[in-house]
Amino acid sequence: MKILVPLKRVADPDNANKVKIPAAGDKIETTGLEWKPNPFDEYALEAALRLTENGQTPKVRAGEVVVVTFGPKETEQTLRAALATGADRAIRIDTTDDKLDGDLVARALAALIEKEKPDVVVMGKQAVDGDSNQVGQILAELLDWPMATFAATIKEEAGALVVSREVDGGVATMRVKLPAIVTVDLRIVAPTSVYSTKTAATFKYNDGVRFAALPAIMAAKKKLLVEIKLADLAADQALKVEYKAFQAPPARKAGIKVKDVTELVTRLKNEAKVL
Amino acid sequence: MADILVVAEVAEGKLKKTTHSAVTFARTASAALGGTYSILVMGDAVSDAAAEAASLGAAKVITVEDASLKIYLAERFAPTVAAIGKGFAVVVGTASAFGKDLLPRVAGRLASGYAADITEVIASGDKLTYKRPMFAGNAFGMATIATPIHVVSVRQSAFSATEPAGTSPIEKGAFTAPTGNAHGRVELLSLEQVKSERPELAEARVVVSGGRALKEKFSEVLDPLCDVLGAALGASRAACDAGYAPSDLQVGQTGKVVAPSLYFAIGISGAIQHLAGMKGSKVIVAINKDGDAPIFQVADYGLVADLFPSVPELVKQIKAVKAG
Repeated sequence: MKILVPLKRVADPDNANKVKIPAAGDKIETTGLEWKPNPFDEYALEAALRLTENGQTPKVRAGEVVVVTFGPKETEQTLRAALATGADRAIRIDTTDDKLDGDLVARALAALIEKEKPDVVVMGKQAVDGDSNQVGQILAELLDWPMATFAATIKEEAGALVVSREVDGGVATMRVKLPAIVTVDLRIVAPTSVYSTKTAATFKYNDGVRFAALPAIMAAKKKLLVEIKLADLAADQALKVEYKAFQAPPARKAGIKVKDVTELVTRLKNEAKVL
Repeated sequence: MADILVVAEVAEGKLKKTTHSAVTFARTASAALGGTYSILVMGDAVSDAAAEAASLGAAKVITVEDASLKIYLAERFAPTVAAIGKGFAVVVGTASAFGKDLLPRVAGRLASGYAADITEVIASGDKLTYKRPMFAGNAFGMATIATPIHVVSVRQSAFSATEPAGTSPIEKGAFTAPTGNAHGRVELLSLEQVKSERPELAEARVVVSGGRALKEKFSEVLDPLCDVLGAALGASRAACDAGYAPSDLQVGQTGKVVAPSLYFAIGISGAIQHLAGMKGSKVIVAINKDGDAPIFQVADYGLVADLFPSVPELVKQIKAVKAG
C-alpha cells in the first residue's frame, strides 16, 4: 500500500497562548515560538507507518509512505524528521506560508495525487493553528474519493479500510474502498487503534507516536526529498478565504479562591446566582 | 441575491437542536443582507423534521427525500446540498460532527471558500465577515470569502438556539443523485449511539467536567454532582486518553466546545487545549489540589482542595440549597 501523508508545521501548540496580535491587528505574531509538526499530522504519520508494516517488525516497510509539506526551504526540517521516523520519501511544495488557504492546499494536493497515485491519503483532521478542519474533506471531493473523517481506529482489509469515527454521541464505523482519504483524530495512536493485514490482531503498539533513533536520523539525510513549485501543481493561486484582521480574545480575569465548600456554595448562590 | 440556505441536521426523522444555531446565524446575516433564509431538510422520510423546521421563521423549508439519504454519508448528501446551495449567497450549517464532515465537502464541490466554526458574523453593507477562533482560541481571525457563494459552519455554543416564529411553507426540492465513484465506495457498517439521560454537552446550561485525577472513580464521584445540577458530564483529554471517560465527553480544542452558564472543572489542571473548549463559560468553578494549576487563572471561583471529600460535600450542600 502506498500512503501519502501531508504534514504542516505550526507554532508550538503547547504555547499557543503566547501568540501575539500587534496593535494594528493585521497579523498573528508567532516570533519566539518554536515550529512543531501539527500534532494531528504526527498521528497521521504514525497511522500510515502502522498500516504499512507488521507491528512486530516496524523497521520493514511493506509499501511506501510519502510525506509532503508546503512551505519555504526551512520546512524541510519537518520532512527530514518524518523521514527519520520511518517515511520513505518526501516532497516539499515550494511556497511561502502565508499565501495558502485550505482550498489551494487541497487543489495542489489533488494535482500531486494525480501524479503520485497513492492508495490512501492519511492526514490530520485539523491543523491546530488555523483550526479549520477542512482540507481532507475538500480534497476527497476534488478527487471524487470516499472519505472517513475523525478516525479513531483503522483496520486494513483487502482493497479497503474499516474506520471507526467519533461522532456526536457515539461511534460510526464505515468501510471505504481504496483509494480513499482518512483524517485522523487523537485516539488513532492508542495501542490497538491501527492494524494492517500483516499485523496480528493480538499485537499491541506502544501508546503514542514512535520516535526516530539516532541511526535513522542519519539515514534520513540520504532519503529522497524533492522540491516541486506550487505553480506546477496549481496554476490559479488566488485565495478563496483571507484574513485581513485578527483580534485577541477577551482576557478572562482570575477570580477568587474560596476557603471551603461552604463558601463556594454560598457565593455560587448569592453572588453568581447560578444555583 | 443575498439569501441564505441552512442545512438542517436530522437524526431518526427529527430535527436536531444543532440546526437552531445555524438558523440563528441565518436570521442575523439575512437581515443584514436584506434577504431571506431557507432551511434544507434531507433524509428518507423527513415530514416530522420539516414540520419542526417550518416553525423557525424561514422563508421556506425545502425537503429532499430519497431512500439513499436514510443514513448520512457526505458522499451522498453533498451533491444535493451543493445543487440547491447554488441558488444562495451563503450555505450554512452547525459545526457538529455532521457539519464539519459535510460542509467542507460541499465547499469543494461549489469551488467556494469555507469559514469553519465561526463565533460571530459581522455585516458591513452587503459584505459579511466571519469571526472565528484560531490557535486553540488564543486569537480570533476575521475571515472574508472571495467566492460568490460562502460556505460556513457556526459554533453551536456561540449562536443561541432560535425560538419558534411563524410557519414557513414547505416545498419539495430536487434530489441530485451522486455520480462518479466516491458514493459507491463508502458504506456505513454501524452507528453505535450512546443513549444518555443527561443533556447534550454542547447544549447544557451546566457542565461538570473531570480530569485524570478522578481515576477509576470518575463516574462515582461526578454523577451525583451532575444529577443534582441537571448537568452534562464532560472530561479533559487526559481523562479520556487514560480511559476514565469515553472520548465523546472530551471538552477542548479537539473535542467539544462548550459555553454553559456554569462550568465545573474538577481535578483538571487546565492545559491550553482544554481551556479552548470551555473558557467561554459564564461562571467557572475549579477544584484542584494544586493551587498553581493553570485552571485557576480562568476560574471565577477556585477551591484548592482534595476533590474526593470535596465533591460529595458540594453535592450535599447544593442539595440543601436547592431543597430550600
